Amino acid sequence: MNRSGFFRFMQRGLGLAAAVALAGAAYAQQEPIRIGAFLSVTGPAAFLGDPEQKTLEMYVEKLNAAGGVLGRKLQLVSYDSAGDAEKARTFAKRLIEQDKVDVIVGGSTTGETMAVVPLVEAAGIPFISLAGALVIIDPVKKWVFKTPHTDRMACERIFLDMRDRKLERIGLISGAGGFDKSMRAECLKVAPTYKVQIIADEAYGAGDTDMTAQLTKIKNTPGVQAVLNAGFGSGPAIVTKNFKQLAMNMPLYQSHGVASKEFIKLAGDAAEGVRLPAAAVLVAEQLPAGDKQKTVSVNYKKDYEARFKQDISTFGGHAHDGLMIAVEAMKRAGTTDKAKVRDAIENTKGFSGTGGVVNMSATDHMGLDLTHFRMLEVKKGNWTLVK
Amino acid sequence: MSAQLAQYLLTGLTVGAIYALVALGFAIIYNASHVINFAQGEFVMIGGMATVSLANAGLPLLVAIPVAVLTAAAVGVALAKFAVEPARGASVVTLIIITIGASILLRGLATLVWDKKLHALQPFSGDQPIAIAGATILPQSLWVLGVTLAIVLLLGWFFGRTLTGKAMLATSHNPLAAQLCGVNVRFVLLLSFGLSASLGAIAGILIAPITLTSWDVGVMLGLKGFAAAILGGLGSGTGAVVGGLLLGIAESLGAGYVSSAYKDAIAFVIILAVLFFKPSGLFGKKSAERV
Repeated sequence: MNRSGFFRFMQRGLGLAAAVALAGAAYAQQEPIRIGAFLSVTGPAAFLGDPEQKTLEMYVEKLNAAGGVLGRKLQLVSYDSAGDAEKARTFAKRLIEQDKVDVIVGGSTTGETMAVVPLVEAAGIPFISLAGALVIIDPVKKWVFKTPHTDRMACERIFLDMRDRKLERIGLISGAGGFDKSMRAECLKVAPTYKVQIIADEAYGAGDTDMTAQLTKIKNTPGVQAVLNAGFGSGPAIVTKNFKQLAMNMPLYQSHGVASKEFIKLAGDAAEGVRLPAAAVLVAEQLPAGDKQKTVSVNYKKDYEARFKQDISTFGGHAHDGLMIAVEAMKRAGTTDKAKVRDAIENTKGFSGTGGVVNMSATDHMGLDLTHFRMLEVKKGNWTLVK
Repeated sequence: MSAQLAQYLLTGLTVGAIYALVALGFAIIYNASHVINFAQGEFVMIGGMATVSLANAGLPLLVAIPVAVLTAAAVGVALAKFAVEPARGASVVTLIIITIGASILLRGLATLVWDKKLHALQPFSGDQPIAIAGATILPQSLWVLGVTLAIVLLLGWFFGRTLTGKAMLATSHNPLAAQLCGVNVRFVLLLSFGLSASLGAIAGILIAPITLTSWDVGVMLGLKGFAAAILGGLGSGTGAVVGGLLLGIAESLGAGYVSSAYKDAIAFVIILAVLFFKPSGLFGKKSAERV
């Protein structure tokens, strides 16, 4: 190659590079905002991840149809972590390093969420978890937020209701999962505040198919006035069935971990009279007209049921709230800059979601209180609002 | 206190009867081919899931149940025909690994054919609990116990009184001699898989109203049935039934009096103990002599 040939080659090469760079810049303006998600769409926690996934898909579509956010389209990058904390970690890594998402909304279970926390903290990416346990936001982690009520709030709400019904001595039965164990610990911790005594404390394993032995033990503990089951998945349905089989004539409380129609279907008649704290969305139509959550809950219910021909659960609602909080924060921040979005999420005030009215702060990365945590009772195979 | 004990025993017997049916399935296939069929739990799942889906499609239980059992039997025969038989002459360990592969395949297929959700089946005759000696039992538990008893008697008659049954027994003692006497050993293999699959399916259907059913319900039930078969002595029919009932009761008493969190561990501690102290199981003398 002679000198002038080389020079020409360089010129052409530079021109090409410049063209590529220009095209890249133009493309970046069209670059979608990437919402990352890792959800338990299959596996033991599929009843959480499945409605969450559907909800995210539906609302990303809706937001895009309405012109997107900040003039950019949204793109959902979602992986199925199948209830496995190890997989959740791998997928979160991929979301951060490979897919370069702007925000993560996901983590169906506490185990999966906690496995990912160190990654998002190190990478500095806003993460809104859809899992229940208090440990996710207590102590506060800079980049981690969550939308569902905590297990401690579930205990508090249940104990409030027990106090109203003058139930003071109760039996506790819990499963072996992360949520189950965490809720059990929280209930034991806050019980004295509400003057509730836990006089029997039983456990069952994951995938157990019969809890009559444990319930018999509780039944034969003198003085038990009510039973509280901390758990989610198949366990509570079987506990409820066994509870009826043993003809235990006392109130049974479940956690918000079973707040879907699936539970009533599985437990059948035995579910009658069971009480549990849950987000308002389950009883959207029964809410009084002035309720702040009425519009958002009824709309979510309509959208979801029209699209998927499926009963709603509170879990899909948490995903709705998570996505909307992230989107609102981006709008307020006017950018997808991660640090600014994080600050905006932390400053979320008066956001009416399906789970409640959210007022976050530097010390509270969930922003919910007990007022919007409803006590429901199963009557004639349906949820009804207590009082 | 005695009412408490009665409750534990009733619970243990119900679960134990299911373990016994699964263990019988292990025993029949083991006798015919010396293979431990680790896909046995999947037959339980197929029985339960097929019945649920057929019942949801509007078929009455009386139709849905036989169809589900036949489906499972067909899967069992297909497993023998297309997976175990072509590998004839391979070592027993290879055959066992084939059944493990088959169990994973069947679970995967189940998630595709059906779904990954839990399902409940309507109890056969209501769900009003019946009180016995201060304890309560579901009508479905009586179905479980009754049908298990009937099946045990039927199998006793089949192996003791019919030519086909005797041919299967002969094959289990000495396949070569049986073949020389005119027994169709290949047919016996297929029959044993079909029979075990049916037993598993029946177990899965009986237990579905009590414990719910899903695509992965077979894993634990299969392992528990295997533990029961080991406890009773592999290949022994009586052993399978006794082993199943003992295991069920041990679990229930353990959960009631010791700690409920370690219920599943009990089965596996029993396997270890049996393998240490009496590897042939409670009723398994025969197989020890054969060596």
